[in-house]
Amino acid sequence: MLEVKDLHVTVEGKEILKGLSLTIQPGEVHAIMGPNGAGKSTLSAVIAGKDGYEVTSGTITFEGKDVLEMDIEERACAGLLLGFQYPVEIPGVKNIYLLKAALNAQRAARGEDEMPAPDFMKLVREKIKFMKMDSSFLQRAVNEGFSGGEKKRNEILQMLLLQPKLAMLDEIDSGLDIDAMKVVADGVNSLRDANRAILMVTHYQRLLDHIVPDVVHVLVDGRIVKTGGKELALELESRGYEWVLEESAA
Amino acid sequence: MSDEQTFLDALSARGTRRGAEPTWIAARRQAGAARFEALGFPTRRDEAFKYTDVRTIARGDFTLAQDAQDLAPLSPATAAALTLPLEALRLTFVDGIFAPELSDLAALPAGVSVEPLSEALADNHEAVGGALGRLAGVDFSPFTALNTAFAEEGAVIRLAPGSVVETPILVQFLSRANATPLMSHPRVLIEAGARSQATVIEHQVGEEEAANFSNLVSEVMLERGAILTHYKLQEASLKDLHVSSLHIDQGRDSRFTSFNLNLGGSLVRNDIVADLNAQGAETNYYGLFFAQGRQHVDNHTLVNHNAPHTFSNENYKGILGDRAHGVFNGKVVVRRDSQKIEAHQSNANLLLSDRAEIDTKPELEIYADDVKCSHGATTGQLDEEAIFALRARGIGEETARGLLTLAFAGEVMEQVVLDAVAERVERTVAGKLPERFNLAGLVEVAAALDEE
Ligand SMILES: Nc1ncnc2c1ncn2[C@@H]1O[C@H](COP(=O)(O)OP(=O)(O)OP(=O)(O)O)[C@@H](O)[C@H]1O
Ligand SMILES: [Mg+2]
Repeated sequence: MLEVKDLHVTVEGKEILKGLSLTIQPGEVHAIMGPNGAGKSTLSAVIAGKDGYEVTSGTITFEGKDVLEMDIEERACAGLLLGFQYPVEIPGVKNIYLLKAALNAQRAARGEDEMPAPDFMKLVREKIKFMKMDSSFLQRAVNEGFSGGEKKRNEILQMLLLQPKLAMLDEIDSGLDIDAMKVVADGVNSLRDANRAILMVTHYQRLLDHIVPDVVHVLVDGRIVKTGGKELALELESRGYEWVLEESAA
Repeated sequence: MSDEQTFLDALSARGTRRGAEPTWIAARRQAGAARFEALGFPTRRDEAFKYTDVRTIARGDFTLAQDAQDLAPLSPATAAALTLPLEALRLTFVDGIFAPELSDLAALPAGVSVEPLSEALADNHEAVGGALGRLAGVDFSPFTALNTAFAEEGAVIRLAPGSVVETPILVQFLSRANATPLMSHPRVLIEAGARSQATVIEHQVGEEEAANFSNLVSEVMLERGAILTHYKLQEASLKDLHVSSLHIDQGRDSRFTSFNLNLGGSLVRNDIVADLNAQGAETNYYGLFFAQGRQHVDNHTLVNHNAPHTFSNENYKGILGDRAHGVFNGKVVVRRDSQKIEAHQSNANLLLSDRAEIDTKPELEIYADDVKCSHGATTGQLDEEAIFALRARGIGEETARGLLTLAFAGEVMEQVVLDAVAERVERTVAGKLPERFNLAGLVEVAAALDEE
C-alpha cells in the first residue's frame, strides 16, 4: 500500500533522511522507533506533504500513485492522514468546522455528496463519545487551550471520523496519562482492519502494549537500520539503541 | 466649474423645488452650504484624509433622487432580497427617500417613537431642531456640512426614560442601480432617555450595479444609564461611494456599543466620535472591514474621555485582499481632569495579498496621570502552519484560507449577538475570498449546534 524507496530528504541544506526504504501492506501496523533527531517526524511530514522538505532522490508511492506529485489535500483525500506530534492550535476555527469541512472535502474527492447535517452530527457525537471527550470540545477552537492529552485525543477523533487508509501517528502517546493512553489506543485499534494500515512513531513500549505492532523499525540517522517483529520493541526498551547501531555497523 | 460648485448648484436647484421650510432649517442649510463652500472637499493634504482620496466623489455628478427624471423602480422582490432576515422595527429609505411600503413600525412598543425625519419635522419641527445638529455641526467635516445643507430625510428615534425595546430597530438605506448616479444625505437622530435600552441597526445595501453616493450623519444622545447598541452593516454595492459620521454624546453611567461592519463600497469613509461626558459612561467600538479588488475603506474613530471614571474599549479587525486599501485611525483623548479612566484599543489586520495595503495609526492624547490605557496594532498574514494542518485533513487550500480568515474576524464577530448580522458578515467574508469558496454549510452546522 505504501512504498518508500531510497528516500533522501534535506531540510535547509542538511540531509536528514539518507536513503530510507519502507513498505507497508494493508492490514499491518508498523512502529518506528529511534533516537531524537533521527528523522522520524521528517519521514511522516514528507509523506503528508509539508513544505520545507526537499526530496533529493527516492520515491514514495501509495496504492500505486506517486505521492510526491500530489497536493497536501489530495494525499489526505487519498487516505493518507498524519496525526501530528505537536498538533497546531488554530484560534477561531471551531473543531466542528474543521471536522465538517474535512469530511466533506474527502467525500467530494470520492465523488460523494456532502453528508447531511443531522447525519454528520450523529456521527460526530458517536465518535466523540468513543474518545471520551466532552461535546463542548466541538465548539472550541481547534486545540486552543487543550491540554497535551486532549490535543492527542482530538487528533484521533479526526482519524475516527475520516477513516484513513493509512494513519501515520507521530508520538501520539506523548503527554498521555494511563487512562488517556487507553482511550487513544482503543481509538487507533478501532481503525484496524484488513484494508487499513497504521504507521506509529513512538519512543515507548507502553503504547505498543496497547496497539500491538506487526512490524517494528529502528530509524537511526536517516536510515532504517533494523526491522523486526513486536519483540524488537521490547528489546529496544531494555537495551536502548546502541547495540542496534553496533550491529548494523558490523 | 469647481467640484464644489456642482454640489452647490444641485443644492440651489433643490431649493427652488422644495416647499417653504421653518426658518431654522433654512438657516442651517445656508450655514452648511457656506461652510462646505469655504472648506471645499478634503484633499490628501488634510491630515484627516491623508490616506483617503475623495476625488471620485468630488468629481462625480450626482442627482438627488427627489430631482431625478429617470428613476428606475426598485422591485419589492429586490428589496426583500436585500433586507436583513430578522424580526425588526423597520424604516426603509431608497436612495434617501422614505419608502413606507418597505417599512414596518406596527409593533412599536409604548414609550418609543421611530419616524422618518420628514414626519418628525411635520409633527413638531421645534422638538427636532433642539437636538439635530447638536453633536454634528457643520465644522466637523466638509461632508457633515454638505449633509447639513442637503438633509431632508432620515430617521428620528426617541426612547422615553425607562423604555426597553427588545426588537431591534432597523434603519435600512437601499441603493438602486440607476442610469444617472444618485446621491443622498440622510440624517439619523437617536435620543435615548434615562435608563432606556435599544438596539439600532443602520444597514447600507443595494443592487449590485448601484453606483451612488450616500453621505450619512447620525447623532446619538444617551441620557443617564441609557444602553444603546448600534450596528452599522455596510454592504453597499462595490461601486457605491459612502461617507458617514456617527456622533455619540454619553451621560452618566450610559453604555454605548458600536459594531462598525464594512463589507461593501468602492470608497468608504466612516467617522465615529463618542464624548464620554459624565462618570460611569462606557463606550465599546467593535469594527470589521473586509475589502478586496480596489476597495478603499477608511475608519476614523475618536473617544473623548471628558469625565473621570469613564471607560472605552475598541477592537477593530481589517481583512484586505487584492489591491484593497484599508485605513484605521483610532484616537483617544483623555482630558486633564479625567482621572481613573480606562481606554483600551486594538487593531489587527490581515493582508491576504502582497498588494493589499493598510495604514493604521493609534493616537493617544492623555493629559491625566491616573489612567489605564493600552493600544496595539498588528498586521500579518494567515498562519501557514495552520493552513497545512487543515489541508492535511483534506481541506482544499482556498477553504482552509477561508476558515482562517473567518477565524481572524472571530474576536469581533463573537460579540455580535444578532445572528442575522453575523451570518451576513461570515458568509460574505468566507464567500468573497479570492477564489470564492462558500462556507455557508459550515455556518449552518454551527448554528444548528448552538440551538441544541
Ligand atoms: N525545519 C527544520 N529546520 C532545521 N532542521 C530541522 C527542521 N526540521 C527538522 N530538522 C532537523 O532534522 C532532524 C530530524 O528531525 P525529526 O523531527 O524528524 O526527528 P525525530 O526523529 O522526529 O525526533 P524526536 O524523537 O525528537 O521527535 C533533527 O536534527 C532536526 O533538528
Ligand atoms: Mg519527532
